[in-house]
Amino acid sequence: MSEVHGLQHEADVAPGDEGGSVRSRVLGYLVGLGLAILLTATSFFVAGTDLVWQPSIPVAIVVLAIAQMGVHLVFFLHITTGPDNTNNVLALAFGLLIIFLVIGGSLWIMDHLNHNMMPMDQLMQMQR
Amino acid sequence: MFGKLSWAAIPIDQPIPLVTGAVVLVVILAVLLWVVASGHMPYLWREWITSVDHKRIGVMYTLLAAVMLLRGFSDAIMMRAQQALAFQSPGFLPPEHYNQIFSAHGTIMIFFVAMPFVIGLMNLVVPLQLGVRDVAFPTLNSVGFWLTATGALLVNVSLVVGEFARTGWLPYPPLSELTYSPGVGVDYYLWSLEISGVGTLVAGINLVTTVLKIRTKGMSYMRMPMFCWTTLASNLLIVAAFPILTATLAMLILDRYLGFHFFTNDAGGNVMMFMNLIWAWGHPEVYILVLPAFGIFSEVVSTFSGKPLFGYRSMVLATMAICVISFMVWLHHFFTMGAGPDVNAIFGIASMIIAVPTGVKIYNWLFTMFAGRIRFTTPMMWSIGFMVTFIIGGLTGVLVAVPPADFLLHNSLFLVAHFHNVIIGGVLFGAFAGYTYWFPKAFGFRLHEGLGKAAFWFWLIGFYVAFMPLYAVGFLGMTRRMQHYDVAEWKPWLMIASVGSALILAGIVCQVLQLIVSIRDREALRDLTGDPWDGRSLEWATASPPPVFNFAIPPIVAGEDAYWSMKRHAREEGASKEPDYEPIEMPRNSPTGFVCAFFATVMGFAMIWHIWWMVIAGFIGAFATFVVFAWRDHDEYEVPADEVARLDRANLLARRELLTAAGSLR
Amino acid sequence: MTAGALAEGRDPGFVGFADLGYEGPAPKRIVTGYGFWIFLLSDMVMFSCFFAAYAVLLGQTAGGPSGAQLFNLQNVAVETGCLLLSSFACGMASIAAESRNHFWFQIAMIVTCVLGLAFLAIEFREFADLVARGAGPSRSAFLSAFFTLVGCHGLHVSGGILWLLTMMAQVFAKGFRADIQRRFLCFALFWHALDIIWVAVFSVVYLLGSAA
Repeated sequence: MSEVHGLQHEADVAPGDEGGSVRSRVLGYLVGLGLAILLTATSFFVAGTDLVWQPSIPVAIVVLAIAQMGVHLVFFLHITTGPDNTNNVLALAFGLLIIFLVIGGSLWIMDHLNHNMMPMDQLMQMQR
Repeated sequence: MFGKLSWAAIPIDQPIPLVTGAVVLVVILAVLLWVVASGHMPYLWREWITSVDHKRIGVMYTLLAAVMLLRGFSDAIMMRAQQALAFQSPGFLPPEHYNQIFSAHGTIMIFFVAMPFVIGLMNLVVPLQLGVRDVAFPTLNSVGFWLTATGALLVNVSLVVGEFARTGWLPYPPLSELTYSPGVGVDYYLWSLEISGVGTLVAGINLVTTVLKIRTKGMSYMRMPMFCWTTLASNLLIVAAFPILTATLAMLILDRYLGFHFFTNDAGGNVMMFMNLIWAWGHPEVYILVLPAFGIFSEVVSTFSGKPLFGYRSMVLATMAICVISFMVWLHHFFTMGAGPDVNAIFGIASMIIAVPTGVKIYNWLFTMFAGRIRFTTPMMWSIGFMVTFIIGGLTGVLVAVPPADFLLHNSLFLVAHFHNVIIGGVLFGAFAGYTYWFPKAFGFRLHEGLGKAAFWFWLIGFYVAFMPLYAVGFLGMTRRMQHYDVAEWKPWLMIASVGSALILAGIVCQVLQLIVSIRDREALRDLTGDPWDGRSLEWATASPPPVFNFAIPPIVAGEDAYWSMKRHAREEGASKEPDYEPIEMPRNSPTGFVCAFFATVMGFAMIWHIWWMVIAGFIGAFATFVVFAWRDHDEYEVPADEVARLDRANLLARRELLTAAGSLR
Repeated sequence: MTAGALAEGRDPGFVGFADLGYEGPAPKRIVTGYGFWIFLLSDMVMFSCFFAAYAVLLGQTAGGPSGAQLFNLQNVAVETGCLLLSSFACGMASIAAESRNHFWFQIAMIVTCVLGLAFLAIEFREFADLVARGAGPSRSAFLSAFFTLVGCHGLHVSGGILWLLTMMAQVFAKGFRADIQRRFLCFALFWHALDIIWVAVFSVVYLLGSAA
């Protein structure tokens, strides 16, 4: 199992690795930081303000959160759509699918169960 | 000082665990004494306990599974005996005891027999099939095994110190909450599974990375053996599903230890959420078990039909389809909990759809056999037995996937018969086929064929005699887990079922005998070439057992069934010139896994008995182990070129002798 | 040098020129990084269970306080700033490690550490304060879910700090050896992932909880 030093391999790249000069890398992180601060500030603002149509607030916050996670993935974790990143992106897509199924499925199921089934404190009272 | 632990924890008033525990303790001490006295301890420590070699770890996993099969099966025999006797009678097992037995039976069989068995076989075989020297993370592999062993140890300790859970193999609240299970039983279950769950997750990460990133030159995805594809799918499921188990059991631990209210009856807890989350893990778990078995059958059927696997691409598609769909069906385990017709319908349909890719696989195996030259060796018998048995189990599965039908059959013995049908017929038969098939690769000699066939027939007939009556008695209305009953109609069926368990016992006896006889007669059964079955994939291209580095020269692959093409080429071209041997770097052995598991056992035991100072001590020990491991400077050693050459030449010589002697490579 | 010429002298099983389609085992850095990436995804699945439980138990306050009554958004904003800046600092440490610059590596790691500890201090104070007000995790299912979700993240940050200190010590003692670089790659992935999870936490738990 011999070692290959350095980051370049014809086939693909480790997650979190990137190429380029020191300057371009620092710039990348700065852009990411800036975008993240912007998105965070917007989220906090939207949550507290009266200037936005109220029912849209949860959706807006979720969208902003997803956008910020994307900023982190691209600028901090260097997950790109290049051919050398395919394995990394596929793994991420699989993980996201599972997360969506678990959270979405659970919420859907529990909502139905809670709606159909008697609440526990009432059940307990029937026991007496 | 010792938390809740006291001498009262030892079950002096219960003869069965007391006597069993005493016997097992004496046997273990005797074996240990013999090992130390005969000077084998340094060998054991150096070659097995601290080994990071995937072949050794695979063997240890399988050995753990085999030993735990004996314990789990003893529970089964007791259950069948109790139910055969307990018609209008208390039987011989009081309820508090019987409940622990069926809980331990399920927990042990799933977590400490089936899981280690398939993980062991995947560990042993996959790097060899991929033509590489080891898995991606060898030391982590060792950690994973020893943590699994820790879990098994804790469950068995519960037999003699304290008690086990009485809640079934999945501890549904509110019964499993502190209010209704104040003893240590559920805690034993929880900590044992949390610890071994980490071990399993680690194995999952290891095997996914190995299959995706560490293959020999030329082995693109569509040239991998089918077993590697099913390994990939199964381990992707492990990585995706086991965190759910960890989280859900953690929530129950928090409820029991810190008074949280996830699943309690009061303060807003939601009991149904436990069922939802635990089955979101539980369903993928059964596919984690069965997918490697499918892979084993693909290997065995194609080898013993003398043909390449039929429909390779459709097999790959079917495998990955099962992998994804298995995460979309979990509600079928609680149709009756009340989610309503819309939800039930969706999950019911999905549960029926998942049968389709499995059907594709069965057809592909049948077409592989068609027009082949079939050799009815023991592994092939297990495969054919599987095909018939699994189809029946699958059909009953599609029946209970229909929600209205499930409303009648849920938690009846029909359900019990169904899942035993698919787990035994699928997972266990596959594991036995793989065990017989790859035993010569691991140890250098074949298993005795006659006893193997005897074991198969006892198991096959015994299975049908034990479980077909359970379908009947389920239709007659019997609920699962009954300690006694008074419906006369059920008794004859249950008596037949207990005869079946006796037949299976005979099968297990044959398997134990087979091992003893094979070891005794190993010279006669010796596999000289490394290719006892005229195999098709790369594990047969090296010696039996393989040298530590697996392959002297990494093979280069040009198509499917890589080794088959290599053999054909060798026959046509004759002997090629000797390759240039180079020194090989291998990972060093490490006690990290064993020491880590030691501290995990200490922490687990301390958590169960509320011995807080011991928990902290264990944690510090575990962290120190990590740091010591991270601090080492030499993680590899070199096998010199002469040694590589010597080992390889010996194997090539043996192969050529057989080639010239018999005119073919057998 | 074609694959044919390369292979013929070396592999007795060679069967002629092969369209390789796969170059062989990946280098160690890629293998390690990918394995850790898979682990991170599994960790995200675990967090998603805690998120699901939180969402289900959101309304189960058992007559006790709800999120809107408990959450202090100023604290959350400061925590968010600390963690985000610490992610940036960790990124700088990555660049320093790649350039094998001891000085900037240790500085960046110290900054990451201090910001992470600040985050933990604020969070610990928030938890202690809630418990003192009778809004501890055993008060209601909602609070159990809240403490578990946010606490699990905090535990991960604590573990990350321990790891961070170990990395600083390793680089100090042994320099930028290849295996230490691989470990640091994993640490950086871990630290950034923690910030990603925090984005979900502050959005779903605190902001949505307060807006309700």
